[in-house]
Amino acid sequence: MYPFGYQRIDTPQALKAAQQRQRGEADKAVSYLAGGTTLLDLMKLGTLAPAEILDINGLAHDYGDISWADDELRLGALVRMSAAADHPRIRSDFPVIAQSLDLAASPQIRNMASLGGNVLQRTRCNYFRQTGWTACNKRQPGSGCAAMEGVNRKHAILGVSDHCIAAYPGDFGQALVALEARVDILGFHGTRTLPFHQLHLAPGSEPERETVLLPGELITGFHVPIGPWTRRSLYLKIRDRESYEFALVSAAVAMHLDDNVIRDVRIALGGVATKPWRAHEAEQQLIGRRPDLPAFEAASKVAFAAAVTRPGNRYKVDLGQQTLTRALLQLAEMEV
Amino acid sequence: MSGIHVTTKINGDEVQFVCEADESLLDVLRNRLGLTGAKEGCGTGDCGACSVTVDGRLTCSCLVLGAEVDGHDIGTIEGMAMGDELHPLQKKFIEHAALQCGICTPGFLVAAKALLDHNPEPTETEIRFGLAGNLCRCTGYDKIVRAVQAAAEEMNSAKKIQQKVA
Ligand SMILES: Cc1cc2nc3c(=O)[nH]c(=O)nc-3n(C[C@H](O)[C@H](O)[C@H](O)COP(=O)(O)OP(=O)(O)OC[C@H]3O[C@@H](n4cnc5c(N)ncnc54)[C@H](O)[C@@H]3O)c2cc1C
Ligand code: SF4
Ligand code: FES
Ligand code: FES
Repeated sequence: MYPFGYQRIDTPQALKAAQQRQRGEADKAVSYLAGGTTLLDLMKLGTLAPAEILDINGLAHDYGDISWADDELRLGALVRMSAAADHPRIRSDFPVIAQSLDLAASPQIRNMASLGGNVLQRTRCNYFRQTGWTACNKRQPGSGCAAMEGVNRKHAILGVSDHCIAAYPGDFGQALVALEARVDILGFHGTRTLPFHQLHLAPGSEPERETVLLPGELITGFHVPIGPWTRRSLYLKIRDRESYEFALVSAAVAMHLDDNVIRDVRIALGGVATKPWRAHEAEQQLIGRRPDLPAFEAASKVAFAAAVTRPGNRYKVDLGQQTLTRALLQLAEMEV
Repeated sequence: MSGIHVTTKINGDEVQFVCEADESLLDVLRNRLGLTGAKEGCGTGDCGACSVTVDGRLTCSCLVLGAEVDGHDIGTIEGMAMGDELHPLQKKFIEHAALQCGICTPGFLVAAKALLDHNPEPTETEIRFGLAGNLCRCTGYDKIVRAVQAAAEEMNSAKKIQQKVA
C-alpha cells in the first residue's frame, strides 16, 4: 500500500473538525474507513490511494443502532451487515433486507462491513480493479473502457453509457431502492436527507462520479418506511455458485396483495445495472392485475426492454427476465 | 513515518505494539508479535486463511489495520488450545484428516469455533454456510464439515454431562 495518514474519529466534534480541515485542503484525497472491506482491498490493489484515512468506527455510538419508529425502520450507517441480517424483526418484517445481506459475501465480511460502506462499495469490473489495465474511464477519466471489447460477461445492460458498462455489485442497495428508503448525509453545514435512489449516479460521461456525495460528507443512516408490501418481500440472487459470489442477476421485490389483486408492487434489479435499479414501468404493468404467470412474464419483459447488451452479457436479458418472473411468483405465494 | 501506539488484548493477555498506518492486523500479528498461526492466502478478503476474532466477531485480519484494534479484544488460533490440551475442534480435525497442506486450517478452526459459539447445534447446511468464507484447495471440504459435526456433538454431550453432574 502507498503510505497514508491514519486518524481515529470518535466523536461528532472530531468529525466536524476533520470536515473543516478537508474544506481547507480540497485537493487532498481523504477517505472514511468503516469495515475496510472495499477500501483496504482497493488500496492493496493500488486502485485507490487516499493520502489520509479517517477511521469512523468510533462513531458507532452515534450511528450504529437499529431502531424503529411507528412508520419506519432506522438503520445506522455503522450497523454491521450481519447485525442487520440476524435481527429477528428485520427478518420477519423486512425479509428483503435480511436476505439481501445474508446472501452477500462471507460470514467474515458480513461481520466487518458496515451498511454505509456497503452502499458505497465499488464495482467488481476487473479492468477497474487491476491497475495493469490502462483503459478504464472510471479509474482514469478519459482513458477509455477496456470492458467494451473485453471480457464483459458480468457487466451491466441497464443504465450503461458509451463510457462505462460496469455493474453496481451490491445487494443491499437493491432492497433500499425497492422499499423507497431515504439516506441521511452529514456534511460540514449539517444534515441533508435524500431519497436513496438519488444517491447513485449512472455513469453517463463521467463514470468516475458514482454518487452525489460531496467531499467530506458522511452517510449517517437509512430510513425504511413500513408499508403493506414490506412483509411480503424477498431477494432472489442468481450467481455462478450458490454462496459467496456476486450476483449475475438479482431481484428485490415487494408486493401488497389484497383480495388476490396486486395493489402495489416494488421491483429493483441487481447485477444487471450500473446503479441500484428500480423497474418502474414493470411495476406499473402489474398494478391492479391478478398475480399470475402471464402477468409476471409480461412485466419481466418490460423490465428489460431498454437493455443494451455486449456479446458477453447478452444472456443477462433472458436470465434477468426469468429471475424476475421467479421472484414475483415466489412473492405471490409467500405466507405473510 | 511515526509509529502508532496500540493497546489491545490478544487471547486474554494485554499486548502493546507500535505499527505503521499501512500495516494490517495480520502483518502485525505475524511480523511484530510472532503469532504466525493466521496465514495470508489472498490479502483481499476472499480466502479466510487470516481469520481472527475482534471482540468475538469473526473477521479477516488482512482487511483490518493494526491501528484499528486499539482497545479491542483479539482472538487468534494460538489461544484455542488450553496449553497442551487441544480444543475438540482441533482433535476432530486430526481424527477426520480434515487437512492436507494445512495452510487453511487455522482459519477454518477459528471460523468453526466462532460458528459453534454462535450456534452450538448447526445443521450441515448451516456449517457449510458458516464456513463459506474459508477456502481450501486440498480437502474438498467434506472432511472439514464432518470434523466440525463431530466436534459439535462431543462438545454438546460434554455440556450435557456437566449439567447432569451440576
Ligand atoms: C470477498 C468479498 C466478497 C464480497 N461479496 C459481496 C456480495 O456478494 N454482495 C455484496 O453486496 N457485497 C459483497 N462484498 C462487498 C462488501 O459487502 C463491501 O465491501 C462492504 O459492504 C463495504 O462496507 P465497509 O464498511 O467494509 O466499507 P469500507 O471499505 O470501509 O468503505 C467503502 C467506501 O465507502 C466509504 N465510506 C464508508 N462508510 C462511509 C460513510 N458512513 N459515509 C461516507 N462514506 C463512507 C469509504 O471511504 C470507502 O470509499 C464483498 C466483498 C469482499 C471483499
Ligand atoms: S466498464 Fe467502467 S469500470 Fe470497467 S473498464 Fe469500463 S470504464 Fe472501467
Ligand atoms: S488473507 Fe485474508 S481473506 Fe485471504
Ligand atoms: S488443507 Fe490445503 S488448503 Fe486446505
